[in-house]
Amino acid sequence: MSLPFGRIVRRTATFIAAVAVVAVIWETYKFVGPTDGGSILGVRVLPRTADFAMPHVWEMFQRFGRPEVRGRDGTVFAAVAAGAWYSFRLAAVGFVLGGVVGVGLSVVMARFDVVRRGLLPYLVVSQTVPLIALAPLVVSWGGRLEIGSFTWPRWLSASVLGAFLAFFPVAVGTLRGLAAAPPAALELMQSYAASWWRTLLTLRFPTAVPYMVPAFRLAASSAVIGVVVAEISTGLKGGIGRLIIEYAREATGDPAKVYTAIFGAAALGLTMAGIVAVTDTVVMRHRPKEHTA
Amino acid sequence: MSAVTISNVGKTFNSGKPNEVQALSGIDLDIAAGEFVSLIGPSGCGKSTLLRLVAHLLEPTTGNVTVNGKSAAQARLDQDYGMAFQQAGLFEWRTVRKNIELPLELKGWDKARRRERAEEMLALVQLPEFGDHYPWQLSGGMQQRIAIARALAAHPQLLLMDEPFGALDEMSREYMQGELLRICAETKTTVLFVTHSIPEAVYLSQRVVVMSPRPGRITKIVDVGLTGPRSEDTRNAESFFRAITAVREGLRGMHAEHVAMGMDDR
Repeated sequence: MSLPFGRIVRRTATFIAAVAVVAVIWETYKFVGPTDGGSILGVRVLPRTADFAMPHVWEMFQRFGRPEVRGRDGTVFAAVAAGAWYSFRLAAVGFVLGGVVGVGLSVVMARFDVVRRGLLPYLVVSQTVPLIALAPLVVSWGGRLEIGSFTWPRWLSASVLGAFLAFFPVAVGTLRGLAAAPPAALELMQSYAASWWRTLLTLRFPTAVPYMVPAFRLAASSAVIGVVVAEISTGLKGGIGRLIIEYAREATGDPAKVYTAIFGAAALGLTMAGIVAVTDTVVMRHRPKEHTA
Repeated sequence: MSAVTISNVGKTFNSGKPNEVQALSGIDLDIAAGEFVSLIGPSGCGKSTLLRLVAHLLEPTTGNVTVNGKSAAQARLDQDYGMAFQQAGLFEWRTVRKNIELPLELKGWDKARRRERAEEMLALVQLPEFGDHYPWQLSGGMQQRIAIARALAAHPQLLLMDEPFGALDEMSREYMQGELLRICAETKTTVLFVTHSIPEAVYLSQRVVVMSPRPGRITKIVDVGLTGPRSEDTRNAESFFRAITAVREGLRGMHAEHVAMGMDDR
């Protein structure tokens, strides 16, 4: 069972329309708004519409086709695509890492009530630690780590920070799902003299799937955010995060350029969410409809 | 040999705590192989608790339960019984066939043997063409028939049922009662059946065990005395009404007793 073709077309059309509306609003404001912005008592309340502050939408897209550095061959598009691809791979590693850790923690918490009560508050607190504060720590810990021939590559720190954001929704969502098995179904498994692990695999995990689907969707976008923020705060080269900083520095002379990197980051997040959404559809294809909403 | 022997069984929940509840006390019951016995009584009389003691989902506080001559614990480990609940409780992610195969899977049967037995059970409950459907595509009555097929898949000699038709409408309910009797006659299964419905208990059973609450105990055992196979005429037979009256009096007697003792809460 695949998504009906009509629905795909409708969704795509809605998406394009939404993007177009934003572009139109941008251009309309740029057209009617004051060039130097509007100030009340010296505080600027309306953004400036001059080209260096608000480049035209078409300029942003034209910028993709021009060279990244004047006089060289490579276009901005090539640079942004390469950066997005690099960050995508880091985010994918972070997503998988976070998924494994999240599911593992949820199983341990479901198995041992003591662990659940002891650990859950720490997991919640862990998410309030600012990522920017954590990033240099992870880099320095990783740099000191050496196990046999394994040395910690710099990019792994970014993936770990992506995983740090991604594991949380997975752990909490899966835990809720594992606890959602109806008492009668648990009694049934007990009447078959099934072990805890057998019950976990045969009953609890399948029951948890509708809870894990939105958790993983959230984890995918969290992994991207984690990786991009980590790239920015550790200055890791090669990814879209680094491009955003570099292009932002050139904003005065080349205002359209930074938007290309932002578009790249947005496309990266959408791709990640899209891949997870496709997986969801496959996993949920035989479920009653009320769960897929 | 007795299929189930319950001797002097009592069950107390939260023993020694302020919310202590004596759910059952002094229960003695012997169920012969092939017999159909119903437990009936008001809510809180411990009939579901008694069923769970036989299933060894609970341990008795006092007394002893044996199933097929073994301890209830051993009988559970050997999967000597099948169980069905008010909610069909099918796994929605499994096809109907895979649901029926579940107990066989847990017993470690190989795929070909499971498949063969599942087809046999689907034929038994007269839904042979629904093996590849998912439970949510079936009506409530059909789901309950699949749950019975699952309970009987491993050919247990004993079937434990906790208000299995309680969620069905009257029409499907009467149909399912007929189906259950046909299936039990074909498979020679002993049944212990919990219900709220007097006509249901009388129609299905050889004996109806009437229970009273606080603490749960047996007040009366009615021998239904219907001979031969049940049919639609059975529901109009004089002996059917006589048994219904006997069960009702059993329930009412305890009601009067409660009123006299000032314990009535209705």
